[in-house]
Amino acid sequence: MTQLKSGRPKHRMSALKRAEAHFGRLAILPALILILVFLVTPTLLAFGLSVFNARLVSPNPPEFVGLDNFSRLLSVDFRVIDAIKDDAGHLLKDEAGAFTFPTTRAIQTGVDILHRKGELLSWTIDGGTRKAIILAGDPLFWKSLWNTTIFVLIVVPIQAGIALGLALFVNIKRRGANFFRTIIFIPVVTSMIVISILWLFMYQKEGLINSLLSSFIPGYVPVDWLGNPDTALGAIIFMSIWQAVGFHMIIWLSGLQTIAGELYEAAKIDGANAIQRFTNVTWPGLKNTRIFVLITITIAAFGLFAQVNVMTKGGPLDSTTTLVYQAFLAAYGRQQMGYGSTIAVVFFVIVLVVSLVQRFLTRDKD
Amino acid sequence: MRFAKTIAAASVLAVASMTLGTAVMAAPSQLTLWTHAAGNPAELKIIQQISTDFNASQSKYKVVIKKFPQADYNESVVAAAASKSLPDILDLDGPNMPNWAWGKYIQPITVPAATLKKFLPGTQGVYNGKLYSLGLYDAAAGIFARKSVLEKAGVRVPTVAKPWTGAEFDAALATFKKSGDFKYSIDMGTGWSGEWWPYGFSPFLQSFGGDLINRSNYTTAEGTLNGAAALKWGKWFQGLFTKGYVNPKETGGREAFLNGDAALQFNGNWAATDAYKKFGSDLLFLPTPDFGRGPKIGTSSWQWGVSSTTKNAAGANAWINFATKDKYLVQFSNAIGLIPATAAAAAKSILYKKGSPYEVFPTLSAKFGLKRPPTPAYPIIAKAFEKAGTDIMNGADVQGALDAAVDTIGADLAANKNYKK
Amino acid sequence: MRIFKSILRKLKLGGVFYWLFGTLITLIFAFPMIFMMVSSLKPDQQIFVDLKSFQAFIPAGDVSIQNYENVFKQVPVFTFLLNSAVTSAIVVALGLVVNSLAGFALSRVSWKGQGIVLGLLIAMLMVPFETIAIPMVYLVSKLPWVGLESGSLIFKEGMMNSFEVQILPFVASAFSIFLFVQYFKSIPKELDEAALIDGASWFTIYRRVIMPLAGPAFATCAILNFLPIWNAYLWPIMVIQEENLRPVQVGLQYFFQMNVQWGEIMAYTTIITLPVLVLFVAFQRAFVASIASSGVKG
Repeated sequence: MTQLKSGRPKHRMSALKRAEAHFGRLAILPALILILVFLVTPTLLAFGLSVFNARLVSPNPPEFVGLDNFSRLLSVDFRVIDAIKDDAGHLLKDEAGAFTFPTTRAIQTGVDILHRKGELLSWTIDGGTRKAIILAGDPLFWKSLWNTTIFVLIVVPIQAGIALGLALFVNIKRRGANFFRTIIFIPVVTSMIVISILWLFMYQKEGLINSLLSSFIPGYVPVDWLGNPDTALGAIIFMSIWQAVGFHMIIWLSGLQTIAGELYEAAKIDGANAIQRFTNVTWPGLKNTRIFVLITITIAAFGLFAQVNVMTKGGPLDSTTTLVYQAFLAAYGRQQMGYGSTIAVVFFVIVLVVSLVQRFLTRDKD
Repeated sequence: MRFAKTIAAASVLAVASMTLGTAVMAAPSQLTLWTHAAGNPAELKIIQQISTDFNASQSKYKVVIKKFPQADYNESVVAAAASKSLPDILDLDGPNMPNWAWGKYIQPITVPAATLKKFLPGTQGVYNGKLYSLGLYDAAAGIFARKSVLEKAGVRVPTVAKPWTGAEFDAALATFKKSGDFKYSIDMGTGWSGEWWPYGFSPFLQSFGGDLINRSNYTTAEGTLNGAAALKWGKWFQGLFTKGYVNPKETGGREAFLNGDAALQFNGNWAATDAYKKFGSDLLFLPTPDFGRGPKIGTSSWQWGVSSTTKNAAGANAWINFATKDKYLVQFSNAIGLIPATAAAAAKSILYKKGSPYEVFPTLSAKFGLKRPPTPAYPIIAKAFEKAGTDIMNGADVQGALDAAVDTIGADLAANKNYKK
Repeated sequence: MRIFKSILRKLKLGGVFYWLFGTLITLIFAFPMIFMMVSSLKPDQQIFVDLKSFQAFIPAGDVSIQNYENVFKQVPVFTFLLNSAVTSAIVVALGLVVNSLAGFALSRVSWKGQGIVLGLLIAMLMVPFETIAIPMVYLVSKLPWVGLESGSLIFKEGMMNSFEVQILPFVASAFSIFLFVQYFKSIPKELDEAALIDGASWFTIYRRVIMPLAGPAFATCAILNFLPIWNAYLWPIMVIQEENLRPVQVGLQYFFQMNVQWGEIMAYTTIITLPVLVLFVAFQRAFVASIASSGVKG
């Protein structure tokens, strides 16, 4: 403060700057301390476990294993194998007339069990006489990564878009807007357990969704939505969007409030129609909200866990398993804390990279 | 903001008074007891009664009960171990005992041989030759059926002496399916996840001649869980779904048998009362079928153990021994429907006394009961089996699914040096 | 003519579409709540039988309040509700102050290292709670903490089994801070400069200039931060061993013993969901209020 009175402009400027910086550091302090203690520290502890063979329950101290967990999680191998021949050198055929191949285990004899890989994908080549196989140290990790990616790619744009549409709708100043806002928020506040049991039933073969569809579409064949590997992930996606869209509607709604009404008045006076008002006033005015919604929806979508854990346990046939579900299963189900942490670290890096790309694409271009 | 302040002040006061409350009591050593029975008032009441009686019977110890919901009880215990706040006495699900014994959560308990002799084998948690836990009741499973339904379909009523053969059972399922009277032939409990899978379905595997792990050394599942017998089991199990006998997407409510959608139900004796209320004397409790090695059913329910960190192991053991009185065993059975741990108590219980419709369960348990493998690897085995089972149910290649389970179990055993340390 | 046309447009066509769309939305989003409330009045078996048709949404048949009576008999509902209310009220109240200050520091004040801090905060959003739960339990059991014993303040190890262990880790929220940052960025910078020239301190700017303009952001954060605390399950399961400190979601698990009591579950979830909706209705008025306060017409 004494420097403020010294009168020399250069000093005053730097004093002001210093006061500003001082306030900034002070204002961030409570949040920063809490985050460092309660979030960053356990995260570092957890990530540290990824280079140990730490167990959930064990009498032994964790052993340092270096990058073993990572190499098991990420290792892949490509093989081409020949069909089985009999002693005379003829190719054997099974009942269906296809050539037979040795099992994944048979082509890995001699590999110790900790390094044995599982089949991720395979296809026949050379007229069915040879088979190409992609082996992976942890096939479930790659399946989870695939499912999670599909989930993110579909959920992020659709959920964000529908949420914005609903926000615009309930932002209309009319009777009933408050009511509709509350209605859309209902699935967000309803217990996931209740929602899951309800959708489990609705998705059944004799469930409401099938009976509804068959009354609208003639000749419709009912589908066991969650029991079929081809439709289960889609069913989870649909239900997830429905459940969480109210959450992001609220965020869009708070963003809509930052746009000054005068801008709309001015646009109306200029003769802009509703679409023009949206593209010229609303959309640019939502820039900061947009970045927030994009990044948080993406992170939330990557973290898909609760619905899967309650409704499908990753099945049928791994069609709905996700990265966080696998990390959870490894740490608590199979008691491999170290390996679960390894999945968490890889998950973290993937989401971080995606977020950085998003950040880069949405950066201030000026 | 004023509201928030008031609440903050109130909560500080509340916390303060609670801390005060516990600090005042000092004279007898306090024993903390944990139970999973928060959601089971009938069971909880008996545990409270035992503790009140125990506290009154002597002046050295005072037992204080803390109750937890069953769903994630294991997580509560694991967190307590991580934060060094395990109680003195705790209950645990039988098959988990070796894992917790190996992990030094619990220590061996002392129960006089004379007492132990009377207890059903399924209630005794023995690992490495030492007794770590004791159950005051035991579970058994069976097939629930209706006399009228079997008669109408012309299906023989099986007995303990002459259970259904596998072929007879399959024929019965086919008959029910063909009759058109039912959507499904049997409700197997596919809507229950977790422990039900190894508890309920691994005995079928054992009846075929397979098992979860090689019980001669507990170091491999190779050839046991993926051998020829296991493959036969897997194909049979998969057939239940491909032939439409069983609904792969049941709900946890187990209502299909009760409301007539399924002709039979495979369930534990804890569900017997609901079925009995509905069908009365038309209801039959039947042994599971014999697929070659005789009928098999799972045993071992919740049991009591003593934590390894307790300062009052003598007191904790005293409580467990106090609880083994027949009158408590009778009360447990009457309240929650499970089998009393001793024959004497069974004779005095409402459900399992001579001539009662439930009488068959202790016999089933004694003749066909088999414990889930007592190895620290059990939680991992259970998960691997559940995964293989659900994959097979959903149409996976049987051999591939079983091989994968064997590999998961093998890798876990190797990573832990076969749990020898 | 023009007036007539506009009346027609406003009242009839626009109105018809508005209400049509609104009705559709109500049907799509309200049905789980209706199902839950309706089922809470039915016995278990009827819930499942009815689920096969639209009966699931109609309170007919064997309707009674038996499930509610059972719930109150089986679970200390009021204790759980009060615990959750206290915990979430404190988390929301403290959180609004701590997080908005942090958001202010990261968006309107410039200082060295703020980019790194913001990056760190966003990175923390990417850590799934399930994977750090056990290390967190270990940590809170080791942290030095104060407690009351025999009426005097003492230092102790760990904060297990308390309200504070359910509150402190969740006060600072990376999600909220990020939301405040993005919201504050949308408020014109000129306001700060004008206030600075008037000799206002930075705290005054935060308190008197920015806060009044950020009503919707505060309301949003209050609502959205309330939810995870009200829905907290895994954390209290691990750190709360006393029943009288437990929150509502742990109570829900009391009905999931071997025979799941669906009727009671529906009744209990109805009881614990309604307060949240009431709160939402109360808080969302802030969206309207703030527009009025900033003098903007709709």
